[in-house]
Amino acid sequence: MGILIDDRTNVMVQGITGKEGRLHTEAMLNYGTKIIAGVTPGRGGTEVFGVKVYDSVEEALSSHPEINTSIVFVPAQNACDACYEAIDAGIKLIVVITEGIPIHESLRLITYARAKGSRIVGPNCPGIITPSKCKVGIMPERLFSPGPVGIVSRSGTLTYEVAMSLTNVHIGQSTAIGIGGDPIIGTSFIDALEMFRQDSSTKCVVLIGEIGGEAEEMTAKYIRQVKYEKPVIGYVAGRTAPIGKRMGHAGAIISMGIGDAHSKIEIMKIAGIKVAQTPSDVVKLVISSLT
Amino acid sequence: MKLYEYEAAELFLKKNIPYPDFKVVSNPEEAVTAADIIGLPVVLKAQVLVGGRGKAGGIRMAESLSEVKTLAEQILSINIKGERANKLMVAKAYRPQAEKYVAFILDKTHERHLLLVSSSGGIDIETSVASGSEIILKVPIDPLLELQDYHVRRAVSFLGLKNENAKTCSKIIRSLYEIYRELGCELVEINPLAVINDSELLALDAKIVIDDNAVRKYGLSFVREALGPEEEARRLGINYVELDGNIGIIGNGAGLTMATMDLVKHYGGSPANFLDIGGGANTETMFNAVSLLLKSNKVRVILVNVLGGLTKCDEVAAGIVKALNMTKTNKKIVIRLVGNREEEGRKILRDNGLEYYDSMEEAAKKAVELSIINS
Repeated sequence: MGILIDDRTNVMVQGITGKEGRLHTEAMLNYGTKIIAGVTPGRGGTEVFGVKVYDSVEEALSSHPEINTSIVFVPAQNACDACYEAIDAGIKLIVVITEGIPIHESLRLITYARAKGSRIVGPNCPGIITPSKCKVGIMPERLFSPGPVGIVSRSGTLTYEVAMSLTNVHIGQSTAIGIGGDPIIGTSFIDALEMFRQDSSTKCVVLIGEIGGEAEEMTAKYIRQVKYEKPVIGYVAGRTAPIGKRMGHAGAIISMGIGDAHSKIEIMKIAGIKVAQTPSDVVKLVISSLT
Repeated sequence: MKLYEYEAAELFLKKNIPYPDFKVVSNPEEAVTAADIIGLPVVLKAQVLVGGRGKAGGIRMAESLSEVKTLAEQILSINIKGERANKLMVAKAYRPQAEKYVAFILDKTHERHLLLVSSSGGIDIETSVASGSEIILKVPIDPLLELQDYHVRRAVSFLGLKNENAKTCSKIIRSLYEIYRELGCELVEINPLAVINDSELLALDAKIVIDDNAVRKYGLSFVREALGPEEEARRLGINYVELDGNIGIIGNGAGLTMATMDLVKHYGGSPANFLDIGGGANTETMFNAVSLLLKSNKVRVILVNVLGGLTKCDEVAAGIVKALNMTKTNKKIVIRLVGNREEEGRKILRDNGLEYYDSMEEAAKKAVELSIINS
């Protein structure tokens, strides 16, 4: 079980011939992810680690109609074009690793994707892993193990930190999904929570937020409204971040009176989320909610 | 990236948005010459990036050339909310009949563009929007639809403009939207849009904030003065934000680095900075990061927190050792190093007499302890 990806996931890698594309194609193949084809315009007919490369998504799909997921490593200059090509070819899950896409472009992209019934995860995200089954992303897989905890996060390395700490005490993860550090993203905390809600293998959810925007606030509202049945453990990075400064991620900025950690934490607590003070407290709260 | 008023005003003029005659000067003598050409009265405006420059004494009206000189000297010498103006805008002064507000903003929460208008110019839009004020009309624009005539008609009608001014305002809104979309802005704002008479509108200020990703992707270039370590870090490809404390923080990944700052504060210490070496950092990146903090006068302790995913611990360790070997320092360094090639990395640290920690909590505690002893 788990969400979004499992052993029926058949992946196409867009931007497979670039440095990042190659590196992670190899890592995903080693993990057991079924990588069916790659696409790089102008590089059709070549191979990357035994995976056939096509000039277009259409050609890849006509040879391999079983493809149902794409991961995009195409640089920011052409990333949206690659995504539109995948959406128009009918791919329903597109994981966008690319960092640096202008927000006007990602806004248009995710609006179009929704209209066409495709899900974008990212941009600027580490991807998704359903431990021992499938990895469509760039995370260090050895830190993850299969189990009952769903993780959804705006931060890559904090996800790794939490997964590693859980794995160290023999608590595994159903699926971990990095939704990305940009201000406009295709899959929200709420989308992920709704999927974890339906997933019988997920017993509790860890939600890792950070300063900037109102995603955590909206999630708290959703949890209250639907009376979310599974325990949710939260963490928000950036309690000490100054106002008006962008903290590494494009979306991690307190501006126009919106996005500071303390008000997020307060609203999350009111909604019944157990908010951890430190990353290691996350593990303690997970343990207490599982027993 | 926020633009200076004169940079934004030049973009306005290219799109035929009416702006008062102005010149940009950098000393009082140039200001006098400019005022003489433009014609009195003039308004002198400090070119700074902070908001609220008017209240801080950065905007002054001058009726005579001698006044221009005195006020220009004043404005160029004062501290405006922590910033000093290197340039002044000398602009023709007007007495408007009324002031309006027009802006486009990217509404990240609701994932759409917004056209904002208000009949009260000069308002503080941040507080007015947050408080859900009724004097502001929000016109949502679907990203797939773009700006339509009906959006513009709604805005102009809300502003109560008629005849010639209604036509001019429609054109201004369209031009503003073009700037907003073409440059990939987070915000473009005219505050105030002045009604000079029944047939003349003028933008009396120009504010543009461009998305940093758009600045990079579209290769936009605006000259900026170096601003200390933040600028130096930017050139090295490191994310850096200056803070007030004495514990220098280096982490990999924005979330982990913020969490490290928070931990330091949690244990009673005070972070001196946020420094994120990013994903897949190598020896060079870590060397630059540590060297940057070793140069800082206020940093007493450096706390490195690396969880190697793509990042290789041995490369990171080599970077730390290299930086420490090149600079004599009495600063302490506390290292937490786990993940990819952890053993190889830890061996390098051991061989160079450096300790390391498994957990970020333990490392943060130690850094706080040392910062108290070492201060």
